[in-house]
Amino acid sequence: MIRTPLRPLARILAARASGENPDQIERENIRRRHQRMNEQFRRRSEGRLLVLMLFFVAAFATVGIRMGALALSEPREPRASASGAAIMAQRADITDRKGRILATNIGTYSLYAQPPLMVDKPAAAKKLAEIFPELDEADLLRKFTGKRKFLWIRKKLSPEQMQAVHDIGDPGLQFGPREMRLYPNGRLAAHVLGGASFGREGVNSAEVIGVAGVEKTFDAALRDPANGGRPLALSLDLTVQAATRQVLEGGMKLMNARGAAAVLMDVHTGEVIALVSLPDFDPNDRPRPLTRGNDPAQSPLFNRALQGVYELGSTFKPFAAAQALELGLANPSTMIETKGPLRWGKYKIRDFHDYGDRLSLTDVIVKSSNVGIAHVAQAIGAKRQREFLQSLGLLDPVPLEMVEAKGSRPLLPPRWSEISTMTIAYGHGISVSPVHLAAAYATLANGGRRVVPTLLRRDRPQEGARVVSEETSRRIRHMLRQVVLRGTASLGEVAGYEVGGKTGTADKPKPTGGYYKDKVIATFASIFPASDPRYVLIVSLDEPVETSGPRPRRTAGWTAVPVAAEIIRRVAPLLGLRPRIEPLRPTGVTLTSN
Amino acid sequence: MRGFFYVLSAVAVMGLAFWAYRETYRTRAAEREVAALQREIAQKREALAILRAEWAYLNRPERLRALADINFDRLHLLPLGAEHFGRIEELAYPAVPIAGVSAPVPVAGRLGDPAGSAGEARP
Repeated sequence: MIRTPLRPLARILAARASGENPDQIERENIRRRHQRMNEQFRRRSEGRLLVLMLFFVAAFATVGIRMGALALSEPREPRASASGAAIMAQRADITDRKGRILATNIGTYSLYAQPPLMVDKPAAAKKLAEIFPELDEADLLRKFTGKRKFLWIRKKLSPEQMQAVHDIGDPGLQFGPREMRLYPNGRLAAHVLGGASFGREGVNSAEVIGVAGVEKTFDAALRDPANGGRPLALSLDLTVQAATRQVLEGGMKLMNARGAAAVLMDVHTGEVIALVSLPDFDPNDRPRPLTRGNDPAQSPLFNRALQGVYELGSTFKPFAAAQALELGLANPSTMIETKGPLRWGKYKIRDFHDYGDRLSLTDVIVKSSNVGIAHVAQAIGAKRQREFLQSLGLLDPVPLEMVEAKGSRPLLPPRWSEISTMTIAYGHGISVSPVHLAAAYATLANGGRRVVPTLLRRDRPQEGARVVSEETSRRIRHMLRQVVLRGTASLGEVAGYEVGGKTGTADKPKPTGGYYKDKVIATFASIFPASDPRYVLIVSLDEPVETSGPRPRRTAGWTAVPVAAEIIRRVAPLLGLRPRIEPLRPTGVTLTSN
Repeated sequence: MRGFFYVLSAVAVMGLAFWAYRETYRTRAAEREVAALQREIAQKREALAILRAEWAYLNRPERLRALADINFDRLHLLPLGAEHFGRIEELAYPAVPIAGVSAPVPVAGRLGDPAGSAGEARP
């Protein structure tokens, strides 16, 4: 860098020659140099400020543009996240206890129309009416030409129907994806599953909501995305349910019954293995509830096993017997007076046959003596009887996991008088559902611990509160076994499975009061194998008539028992029960009197 | 010296920019692939659900029963009954193969056995 000298010699000499002060030249030069330097500093500072300004402008512009872009752009899910296995928007499947599907979803399409976009409305209406016979051409055309801008035509389409609608080729006919609930087994377990329908609907999707049965009870859990589509495992067994339904349907036709119900339950865990109510329906196409007629039992939607509270007749006798044993009022061989008819005020209690003057408690059950058990109930008393039935769960609705369960509230006498006590002992004056009966029999059979029926798969016994002692349970099982061996349920014997049980034939009450003479509810409550019960089976037939004999027979021993025996014969091997060889009586010992 | 650093930093910036550019494109390609795979997974899942539903539908007890009835001549399928359970005592022991007449039988004996000289034959 060339520095200009502060005192250039030429100018100093010239100044000296002219008598000027040469210092002024130096000062002048210093001043100029300072000025130049100042200007240089100023330019540099200005340049820096400019750069800084540009930087800030760029930074703020970047932030601003980014904000604008974020505000304007469509929200998008982060794509780099893990696969969406943990969260499922679908309704979860329902399976049986072995994982076989009872309810699942399939994708389908719904059809809607936007009349403003339609090209040829009359032709579209005509062709739609051809594809879907239930649609009316004139009605469709009226809707297309009206003021509406949007209308649903069908909620579900099969692929063939969808192709046919595609072929119409009208731009105003459009499809929206739909998730559809499918019950692949059709009518099987229809009452348990209930059914599903669409809730809130949009063009692109629709809610699937449960309308009855477990679908409704577990609606929230089935729809909860946090469950990750984990299926709901029920306690039902598909094959057992199928066999039960088949046999029951055959039995219902054979016995000319109007309806039938069967409940098969594990006595230890309380799991309902099969629950059938006939007539039934297809949950894929759930019928509408009956609007006229005041008897809901007419509808196939009516679940006889759960909602059907009936007087179940003599199947109640073991409860009185068990309580008498438990209280020490009697033992199985205590003689009970059975001379009939028993008069109580204006009422008369009589037996089906005359059983003589006295029978042992076991024989009161075996021969099903109303008079005998009424005497036992008299000894027990109303208060204790009520408490006992309460502890068996017979006085409250069953806590089964179905919305219909609250419809199973038992019908009790308004005043629990002494005559009520006596009639309730043989199952009149109290109405309960077959599921109630199953739970109560399970409690008596499993060693005396309270069992609450459930529709969910369990893997351990319930260990409920003790209701009766082991000893009482054993004695009751023996009595029930005797009923099949030499009593009213002799047709119920199934080789190898030691069936024990109690029949019950109850006259149906008239809606106007009193009882029908020729309409009965025939019930068989059974346990098997009787020596160490695993399962309890209740079969109930509505108005059965067995007509193979000279006179029509309606008692449970002729109607419900053979059906139940056939169910056990079919179902017990499916449940993995091996036939047992019963311990025989010692040979050479013959009972000569009872 | 200073000029060299300028050039060096300029080259570094260009290099980094090129690297960032390539990374961006690779990331986008990977994202596209992930999206495609996820779409495929969703489709496969849907297909699986359909297949499961179809499997359940084709295996419904009603249909299997009808098929068993139709094909009874060939398959002889019956409902499972109590008599189909076997017991272990019902199984016969496998028969011991009988040795041929000329088959050699190893015979071992002990010299000086007081009981006799017959020895012990082992099959």
